[in-house]
Amino acid sequence: MDDVFELGGIALTSRLFIGTGKYSADALIPDVCAASGAQVITVAMRRVEKGSEGIVGHIPEHMRLLPNTSGARTAQEAVRLARLARAAGCGNWIKIEVISDSRYLLPDGYETAKAVELLVKEDFVALPYINPDLYVARDCAQAGAAAIMPLGAPIGTNRGLRTKEMIGILIEEMTLPVIVDAGIGRPSQACEAMEMGAAACLVNTAIASADTPVHMAEAFRDAVRAGRMAFLAGLGAERSGGARASSPLTGFLHALGGEHADL
Amino acid sequence: MDISINGSTASLEKECTLEALLLSRKLNPAVLLVERNGEIVPAGTFAEVLLCEGDSLEILHFVGGG
Amino acid sequence: MQTFEQLLAAWSRERRQDCYAAATRDAVLAVLEKEILRPQDFMLLLSPAATQCLEAMAARAHDLTLRYFGRAVHLFTPLYLSDICTNQCRYCGFNASNTQQRHHLTVEQALSEAKVIAHMGLQHILLLTGDARHVASPQYIGAVAERIKPYFASIGIEVYSMTTEEYAFLVSKGIDAMTMFQETYDPALYEWLHPAGPKRDYAWRLDAPSRAAAAGLRSVGIGALLGLDDFFQDAFCTGLHAWWLQKTYPAVDIGLSVPRMCPHEGSFAVPHPVDDIHFVQYVTALRCFLPRSPITVSSRESAFMRDHLVPLGITRVSAGVSTAVGGRVEQNDNVGQFEIADHRSVAAMQRALADNGYQAVLKDWEDCSVLPQIAPEESSVLCEHGGR
Repeated sequence: MDDVFELGGIALTSRLFIGTGKYSADALIPDVCAASGAQVITVAMRRVEKGSEGIVGHIPEHMRLLPNTSGARTAQEAVRLARLARAAGCGNWIKIEVISDSRYLLPDGYETAKAVELLVKEDFVALPYINPDLYVARDCAQAGAAAIMPLGAPIGTNRGLRTKEMIGILIEEMTLPVIVDAGIGRPSQACEAMEMGAAACLVNTAIASADTPVHMAEAFRDAVRAGRMAFLAGLGAERSGGARASSPLTGFLHALGGEHADL
Repeated sequence: MDISINGSTASLEKECTLEALLLSRKLNPAVLLVERNGEIVPAGTFAEVLLCEGDSLEILHFVGGG
Repeated sequence: MQTFEQLLAAWSRERRQDCYAAATRDAVLAVLEKEILRPQDFMLLLSPAATQCLEAMAARAHDLTLRYFGRAVHLFTPLYLSDICTNQCRYCGFNASNTQQRHHLTVEQALSEAKVIAHMGLQHILLLTGDARHVASPQYIGAVAERIKPYFASIGIEVYSMTTEEYAFLVSKGIDAMTMFQETYDPALYEWLHPAGPKRDYAWRLDAPSRAAAAGLRSVGIGALLGLDDFFQDAFCTGLHAWWLQKTYPAVDIGLSVPRMCPHEGSFAVPHPVDDIHFVQYVTALRCFLPRSPITVSSRESAFMRDHLVPLGITRVSAGVSTAVGGRVEQNDNVGQFEIADHRSVAAMQRALADNGYQAVLKDWEDCSVLPQIAPEESSVLCEHGGR
């Protein structure tokens, strides 16, 4: 299938993005990368502690790093983290996460849009993580985001596409790619998002917390691909069935002398 | 001389570079992100940065995240 | 963002023709099951294959109309301020080369007419003029709007095309709605139909709804004059234009009108008269394609046709209409812009709608910007508007 996803000037052939959090052992990550076929992988930034190795050593060379700004509670903090990530030499992509609610970890749309505006001015490829809210999405687009990343369900819940209706609206209304992030718990849910026309899915917890992450990564690879193919193939309409024999709504045309096969 | 590292005070016996400090703490400079007094220290220049009394360092690295 | 001209160019006449001709009954029925329609789906609904599925289209259109508009139909009336015109549109009663005596209301005369209209209970008025900036200037239209504003919840205009700044000026005078008919989307035909006058500029007119939306008009209506070009060509372009406007100006209510010429309008021989079946097909296709858009049908259509179109997607009708200048304060024999087929008064229209199971809505919204200053906690009550 000749289907390329252009993002931030890069042509991606995989539409599954994966994360690096919550693995039982970081040493699993290279095999997960291989099995998933993913080309983009997220990382977070934290203060170092003595003896800790960090994650970069576990990520295969060919993967494109997508640092996130988790930990940021304001637009300014997100900007600070983004600059640090870029200075580390891993490119100019940044997943903007601005969260100040520690209970549900829901993103702050206003601060996120502000961060997009500031970072785009500094030539970042800004990928904001948002609630699937049309107004926030429009603000992010206006500010120059490269894609929007609406959540399917609260982060880490594995509850699936709880926000399906809203994500559908974003896919319909936005010209930017929509990357469904957070909440996807099963391959079938990733497939559904892709069937709807999402440009990509980001899956972390569902793979990392599976009994066998490598197999789950493969399952997500196939699900995302299947959903994408179905979308491109054009889904057949569901038929409600049942022919209507009479013509209660257009019968009046007879009175006007209309001649018609189906009247 | 005293400096601040990730919010805690640390005493250095003698003047040293940022790279020397990191190595002395068994940190791999290649994977670190450093802010010195609020300014980013570009990767690859750690050996050129001589630390001064009162410097405030933020030393970060990439960890697992979604 | 793609401009409408670019979008229209991507849908060349040939592409439209091919898409129209290739439609099948199965493809049409599949479109009727879809939640979100694309321009190519809309084209299928205008095709000969869809003509054979009219009842199924009507059923879908009826469901969608009920879902988004309920059983409410919004009433308005036009007030012609002036019939002085510098254009020579071949199909129009106000053609500058026609020799009838011309009329132009003073601001005070317009106010008297408007008061009579307000007395009928209507809260929505549409002001019309010919294309003659030297008399019916933006300043004049603004002055009329300002004067009649206390009597109406909404004032619309259907006049010549203006600049963004002029539209913004009219917004500041209390005008909130504009209607602009492209007449036809075929540039060559357009040129032939408009041999003289400022209206000859096709591109300037095509862009007018966009300028109005950008200037802050709350509601923008468009339409093609059915009968000029092949039915499906202009029908498709009208839907495409509304679809593009809606995508581009999500804060603006984009509406449609479906004016249809009788086979003979004065001395003008209508090139492609649209029969009733295709007319109904057009209305139902528009409703399926643009489920939330208001659709207006004017008094050009008969009472019988209008009554039957309401369940199929029409959400706005005019009542108590005169298409000649003034016309309410004293009856006159001024020449109208077009011939009226439905002469019902506001009260008669309300009764007819009620008999049909619908409520006539006389006031659909309140312009909160002109309300006296009110405390925030009260504003939500005052700003509440009925309608859909």
